[in-house]
Amino acid sequence: MSLVGARVLRKEDPKLLAGRGTFVDDLSPAGCAFATFVTSPHPHARILSIDVRTALAMPGVLGIWTAADFSEYPDVPGGLPQFERPALAIDVVRFPGEPVAVVAAEDRYLAADAAAAVLVEYETLPFVSSITAATAPNAPLLFPHHRSNTVTSVPMLDDAERELAKSYGRARLRLTNQRCAAVPIEPIAVLADWTPSGLTMWATFQAPHHLRNYLATWLDVPQNLCRVIAPDVGGGFGAKIVWYPELFLAPLLSKWTRRPMKFAQSRSEAMLQMSHGRGQEHDVEVGYAKDGTIEALRLIVSQDLGAYPDPTGLGLAVLTTWMAAGCYKIPKVVTGFRNVVTNTTPIAAYRGAGRPEAAYTVERIIDVVARRTGIDPVEIRRRNFIQPKSFPYRTHNDAVVYDSGDFPAALDECVRLLDLDAVRARQAASRNDPTAPLIGIGLSAWLEIAGFGPNGSLEGFGHLASWESTQIRIQPDGSAIVFVGSSPHGQGHETTFAQIASDELGVPFDRITVVHGDTESVLQGVGTMGSRGVPTAGSAVKVASQRVLTKAKRIAAHLLEAAEEDLEVESNAFRVRGSPGKSVSWGDVAWASFQPLRLPPELLAGSLEERLFQESPNFSYPSGVYGCVVAVDRRTGRVRIESMVLVDDCGTVINPLLAEGQVHGGVAQGIAQALFEEVVYDHESGQPLTSTLVDYLIPSAPDLPSYIAGRITTPCPNNPLGAKGIGESGAVGAPAAVVNAVINALSPFGVEHLDMPLLPEKVWAAMQPGAIAQGQAS
Amino acid sequence: MNFAEHPKTLVNVDVNGKSVRYEVEDRTLLVHLLREHLRLTGTHVGCDTSNCGACTVLLDGDAVKSCTVLAVQTQGRSVRTIEGVDGPFDGRSALQEGFRQCHGLQCGYCTPGMVMASTALLAENPDPSETEIREALEGNICRCTGYQMIVESIRWAAEHGSPPPNGVSP
Amino acid sequence: MIPAPFRYIAVTSIEETISALTEYGDEAKVIAGGQSLLPLMKLRLAAPTVLLDLAGLGIRKIHTEPAGSGTELVIDAMATYRDVAASPIVQEHAPILARAASLVGDPQVRNRGTLGGGVAHADPASDVSCALLALDARVVVIGSNGEREIAFDDLFIGFWTSTIAADEVLTEIRLPSARGIGWSYQKFTIRSQDWALVGAAACGGRVALASMATQVIRARGTEAALAAGASLADAAALADEGSDPPADLRGSSAYRRHLARVLVADALRDAAMGSSNRH
Repeated sequence: MSLVGARVLRKEDPKLLAGRGTFVDDLSPAGCAFATFVTSPHPHARILSIDVRTALAMPGVLGIWTAADFSEYPDVPGGLPQFERPALAIDVVRFPGEPVAVVAAEDRYLAADAAAAVLVEYETLPFVSSITAATAPNAPLLFPHHRSNTVTSVPMLDDAERELAKSYGRARLRLTNQRCAAVPIEPIAVLADWTPSGLTMWATFQAPHHLRNYLATWLDVPQNLCRVIAPDVGGGFGAKIVWYPELFLAPLLSKWTRRPMKFAQSRSEAMLQMSHGRGQEHDVEVGYAKDGTIEALRLIVSQDLGAYPDPTGLGLAVLTTWMAAGCYKIPKVVTGFRNVVTNTTPIAAYRGAGRPEAAYTVERIIDVVARRTGIDPVEIRRRNFIQPKSFPYRTHNDAVVYDSGDFPAALDECVRLLDLDAVRARQAASRNDPTAPLIGIGLSAWLEIAGFGPNGSLEGFGHLASWESTQIRIQPDGSAIVFVGSSPHGQGHETTFAQIASDELGVPFDRITVVHGDTESVLQGVGTMGSRGVPTAGSAVKVASQRVLTKAKRIAAHLLEAAEEDLEVESNAFRVRGSPGKSVSWGDVAWASFQPLRLPPELLAGSLEERLFQESPNFSYPSGVYGCVVAVDRRTGRVRIESMVLVDDCGTVINPLLAEGQVHGGVAQGIAQALFEEVVYDHESGQPLTSTLVDYLIPSAPDLPSYIAGRITTPCPNNPLGAKGIGESGAVGAPAAVVNAVINALSPFGVEHLDMPLLPEKVWAAMQPGAIAQGQAS
Repeated sequence: MNFAEHPKTLVNVDVNGKSVRYEVEDRTLLVHLLREHLRLTGTHVGCDTSNCGACTVLLDGDAVKSCTVLAVQTQGRSVRTIEGVDGPFDGRSALQEGFRQCHGLQCGYCTPGMVMASTALLAENPDPSETEIREALEGNICRCTGYQMIVESIRWAAEHGSPPPNGVSP
Repeated sequence: MIPAPFRYIAVTSIEETISALTEYGDEAKVIAGGQSLLPLMKLRLAAPTVLLDLAGLGIRKIHTEPAGSGTELVIDAMATYRDVAASPIVQEHAPILARAASLVGDPQVRNRGTLGGGVAHADPASDVSCALLALDARVVVIGSNGEREIAFDDLFIGFWTSTIAADEVLTEIRLPSARGIGWSYQKFTIRSQDWALVGAAACGGRVALASMATQVIRARGTEAALAAGASLADAAALADEGSDPPADLRGSSAYRRHLARVLVADALRDAAMGSSNRH
């Protein structure tokens, strides 16, 4: 029986459910001290002085350090030369919450007291807290040597004006994909223990080897003395592959104090110090034919980078422009973008990282075209879809070749699960009943780029490489340990990869353990991001397991004196086809594999071990069609989701239970972006207004609907599993479905667009007589 | 006021059925007594404004947020944490098993708080509807699951948890 | 985050509480359930150096007393929101209060947070203060000058500010039985666990609003119109008269005014029909 495709329960769960997980802040080695930052209250200021005398004299304080103490160390690894971020602010602070000093004390209580007693004198500087302010003439500059807050840009080579002008109609939208916060429920935590034998560091991080590589370089220690462990990681969503100062300072503080040193953010610190996501402004225009065919698309993106360009932050707009055309065959697509620094928390990857922004915009503008042409939103999508026979499909960008898909089939399935005709009948009735809520129906036919694995795809973000590694170790009793370089933060690698290995090896699931997250035990690794776990690491496990099995069969054949090709693996044993009594257990084969006297001459002891660095010839392109039905209260503008249909195509599914869980979680974050969440800065003061979970509106269970999941499957041809990845799909597809549904509900009021989040007041205001909706097109 | 030494109090509290005496600073939060001093690290901290519920424990049987209770306020009372939950499902309670069966957890960080909050729910309402479950969890944030499978997990427990002999926890 | 250091005193009598309040003055703060105070202390927005815990005073009962020809409901300050919401006595004599208490925060907060603490915190968004104002309730406070009662109409004077003196402690909430009187509490939030964006309480011709000023207020325009015999709809249209609603990320002043009119209309309609469990 194949485990791939089965709803296998997770290996991870028993310990987590018993409260026996190990998150970084759960660790407290003997003598552990606690460090915390003194941070800037200002968006932009010159540091005049830092007075640590009172704080140093406080009980339990081990030391206080400022930038000057780290002058022999480089800046933290950055995305752009000359825009690097110092570990502690040097002379100038550039965002509220930027660390200016670090305090170490006996425990977190005493550290908090001392941090509050450090006196920093600032001279405030003019600041910019939005793209608009940062790009205005004579705007205050974050990096005066650069003379502009636009740090990089890629202009359009051709503005497509000719194609747009020729079209039957043009539609244009200015829209904002608002700044969000990832908010993994576990904030950033680091524990460093620098002993004479070397450094061990536990960090809540999505890519421990990646951290090891950079940390050893930064500290100028050889990598053999620098061990990084990502134990249980309490969610990441992209915000845990960012170079935070404490990742670099914790080891030094441990070395200097000769104590294990822990940093553990509080949430109110995390809201300012952990990277934010999204933060794009789009100017999109399409030209269309009378029949709704899109003939040209132009997308100009402005990306808010926050105060310091992050390596992934710089890549967000690239991915957005790559994916600008979504599922559609558009003959002319042109894009351009600029990256702008502002006096705000740095922006980096957040679940989807550049692709939700692209999917949202193309799905919004196609609804505008549907409205202008009077064509059914289902039909207009169907007319513009890339057809199933057109794959591999070359897009406007050479790097982007869609692998496979069946968008019409996904759309049909979504329409079926929505019961669209019935919903439309209800909608018509609701419009004529002034006491009934307004029903709205929204579709989102989305596609994203995932499976980051092709050579070169992650190197641009500063990674060592783009492969993922595995090592399969068969124990003498025939049980197996699978080491993987991709380290999870909730995805369920220990289960998924054991399913794959079990199928390939014929070793029972319970006799396979998956090990990850430790640079000392795991060969090498890249990390878990970009929906790459199953396509890259999963494929590595599959291929490496096959290779192990080939050698195991050779040993079994030798032991059974049979031909390899006559062997089959079944019930944890190798059997000779047609000779029922002739078999040898996996345990016997494994045992023999360590005994040279029992091996065939060409095999050496221990040869049932396989290591593999799995590369991919191309990305994968998960896709799907989501449908949303909302009810909008006419009197208050409150939006209630009545139905959320999710038809995904992630290629081969390893574990439907876990895949569905990934979709649900991503969709929840997508709905949250559509209806609730936004990181807001007061443009008058530059102060963050959403620095606690009181004000940053993460929905809880009563605020979100149930989901109806559907699925179609077109395998990915670019990896041995045929898997496309599923981690980000929900967050990519959901926002447009929800917003399109609300705009559809509001269509009697002539509304064509409202920016997220669709808080009740915004929706209510759009229904008021004389309301001028945003983004009303030209 | 400047304290030469921060005021401390000897706290006597029953934690998971064991009597504990511990001298803590008066300002010590219950969650830090549990995590830092008693080393019961299953209870987690996810925010500092009492919004996320990751730190939920039972205080005399009632669900409370242990980040918003002082350790000294538990004097003479009883606290139950995730480490004190067990049951007939291979050592797991029906709720814990429900979370496993229905994939009600991913990263697992909010999970102990979810389990404790729903333990209190089922003690009061052994057969809650989906709406009642969602409302009972309004003070618990999960960033991974989107909640549907958590709701299903609790329904699983309601359907599979035989009523306990003493009529208390499921 | 971590509270600043303080000395904790589990007081054992009202007298001890008052003498401590007198001795420590502004440095001392009374803690009841702590669900408002502790988050502020953790963010160091409040930093009392002495904390007086009332939990040991044994003031958590709910009962009725005859008062003149009627009945008075008496709720001890340390009754939790959950006690209040679940109390058959409250459900009988002040069902609007039981309802409002059931909507505060989330279950964990309701298990710890107390009616007295919530009222004394003087938060303009307090569901229970809003309901108690509509119920024409009084608080009993005891201080160095003895015991006195303060009507809810005279209790709040600004954001987190009440007329309870620094050396006084709130011990009881008293209100005339509202048994049989039509009532409704309407609460509008963006998320389930949020404070009221606007709350509206209607009970027996009195109408009160949460989050429409620096304190909970009565909708005097609506009440006057009702007294003058206006239709419910016309009276509701005056709900925001005299209010001064705040503006924040969740909603502008104008939107809150609009919501007040909508919620009061619903509250009056439901109250006229007897009672309500809508929200």
